[in-house]
Amino acid sequence: MALVGYLIRRLLTGIIVVWLVATITFFLFFARPVYTVARQVAGHAATPQIIQEAINNLGLNKPIMTQYWHFLNELVHGNLGYSYYTGESVDTILKQDLPPTISLVIGGTILWLIVGLAVGIISATRARSVFDRVTSIGVLIGLSMPAFVIGELLIGYVFQPLYSHGFHFINTGYAGITSGLSPFFGHMILPWITLATIQAAIYTRLSRGQLLETLGEDYIRTARSKGLSERRVVFRHGVRAALTPVLSQLGVDMGQLLGGVVVVETVFGLGGIGQVSVEAVDQDNLPVILGFVIISAIFVVIANIVVDLLYAALDPRVRIV
Amino acid sequence: MSITELEFDANQADSAQQRGEGSPVQGRTQWQLTWMRLRADKVSMIALAVIVIMVVLAIAAPAIAALTHHPVDAAYVITGENEDGNPVGPGTNGFLLGTDSTGRDLLVRIVYGARISLFVGIVTTLIATVLGVTVGLIAGYFGGIIDTVLARFTDAVLAFPYIVLALALAAVFGPSLTIILVMITFFSWAGIARIVRGQTLSIKEKEYIEAARSLGAGPFRIMFFDILPNLLAPVLVVATLYIPNAVVFESTLSYLGLGIQAPTPSWGNMLSDAQDFYQVAWWYLVFPALALLITTLAFNLLGDGIRDAMDPRTERLIAARRLRRRMRRSTIKRENKAVLEGLTAGGGKAETGKKG
Repeated sequence: MALVGYLIRRLLTGIIVVWLVATITFFLFFARPVYTVARQVAGHAATPQIIQEAINNLGLNKPIMTQYWHFLNELVHGNLGYSYYTGESVDTILKQDLPPTISLVIGGTILWLIVGLAVGIISATRARSVFDRVTSIGVLIGLSMPAFVIGELLIGYVFQPLYSHGFHFINTGYAGITSGLSPFFGHMILPWITLATIQAAIYTRLSRGQLLETLGEDYIRTARSKGLSERRVVFRHGVRAALTPVLSQLGVDMGQLLGGVVVVETVFGLGGIGQVSVEAVDQDNLPVILGFVIISAIFVVIANIVVDLLYAALDPRVRIV
Repeated sequence: MSITELEFDANQADSAQQRGEGSPVQGRTQWQLTWMRLRADKVSMIALAVIVIMVVLAIAAPAIAALTHHPVDAAYVITGENEDGNPVGPGTNGFLLGTDSTGRDLLVRIVYGARISLFVGIVTTLIATVLGVTVGLIAGYFGGIIDTVLARFTDAVLAFPYIVLALALAAVFGPSLTIILVMITFFSWAGIARIVRGQTLSIKEKEYIEAARSLGAGPFRIMFFDILPNLLAPVLVVATLYIPNAVVFESTLSYLGLGIQAPTPSWGNMLSDAQDFYQVAWWYLVFPALALLITTLAFNLLGDGIRDAMDPRTERLIAARRLRRRMRRSTIKRENKAVLEGLTAGGGKAETGKKG
């Protein structure tokens, strides 16, 4: 029962966060003169009458608070508004562009956690070995490289040479999972690697440092002197305790992950909601930007709740209620 | 090898040093010690040198443009492009690193790009540090409702999908250098504030703070003159590691077209242009990418070096390493080892439990 109460409380604060984020974005947009927006929507050759017409059509002539209440009212009913350009429902736009984003986030996260944690654990148990040294250089490079540079280099020096030599498995753009497993993986493998490289670097470093510190603790010595096998000592006693700070970092990083998603989608032309909203920014297409902001905020809120629940499950000292 | 074992070695090293050389004890401040340790670290010194060179190149960018006779925005349609209108390679027609898509000198544009990157990196980090330290100190020192509000706000900023707000801001105000500075600062101070708040919470309970208060020191004095100096070390480390993050952030925004706009060169927008040319002009992609990587790598390495140098454990780790190296060379070691082996031959099994 306590858990249900906790979840309700977290969801309520989550809704407040989403509302705050949406409101800030909404009012920020009105710092920009309505006329400029309408002129861009109407096109370069538009006469003042056409622009005025565009303002009226988009509902931008109404008082800001009226527009805001309208927006909130629609939002509560699950309607994110309509694109300024095509008149298409933002719900539809986001829904049809969601699959590439979800594929990217799930695949990238799995790859990143596996690589990050595995490399971190191996490095910590073999501190100062050749493996440890090589990976720590790799980690530093991963930390120093922007996602788009890794993506560009992968396209330029992996995809292009392979493709021009008749190896068509690895590809850019997006192929849904419905088009078959092989094309799906072929299209997603480079984006996954790019997203995972950036994030994995942080986690390798964090898990290595935490595990090294944990393995120096007295209770690890106790576990060893009890005669436990090295594997049991490292995984049952070491990793479990070392993972909790890594997990709390995961909650903080959800925002950063979305940033990576925007970049990776743009670099590889995956056409997910990140890429669509970058285009929307170029065009002053407020409803689409707002839609993306709201979806992102909801994602971050839910991910953080899940992380906190996992945290409590992993560390018995933490009580969530 | 666990840390405790190293500490054990290091204690031996300390006593060995005292017995062997008998050097007089010298009083040194924390900063002197840090600088000494940093000087001994070759990697940090190389990183520092790279940063200095980058800064000098950035400042001297107009001089480099004058030396090459290639102004930053001058497009050399005849000498800077080949018959197909593509960029020419490094070393051709006096272009040391080749040219870009419109026949401009890549070297000159890269050093001008360094100005933007370093400026954004250093300025945002400075402002973010001041902001973060102030917020963290106030939240940690006063506690109560002030702390709750500030800490929740800090957490919200940390959890916010920053690129999303960056998108919205760029849409509203149009991309510009000021907006970039504001955005990066806004997302950088929270991390520092969180660290400072945590440290302040523990420091304010110390006796010397109580002493200061009983002597009549006001909150401002206690926060900035009694607590702050003890926080500078962790803040310095975090700040050094924020600079490369800011550089990466700026280049990402410029790459997405939300940052520095052409024709002003930035490593981000150069790399964005280069993506259409990597088949015909590898240098166009590789050189700006290398400049970016070298700069961020140098700041990251220096930050790690400073953190190690601040950690008192490092001193003993270095001492232990030195001792072990010395022991490996000396003949006494071998004799000792023979004696040790003789001693442990009987109880060898007991030793294996301590493996790892």
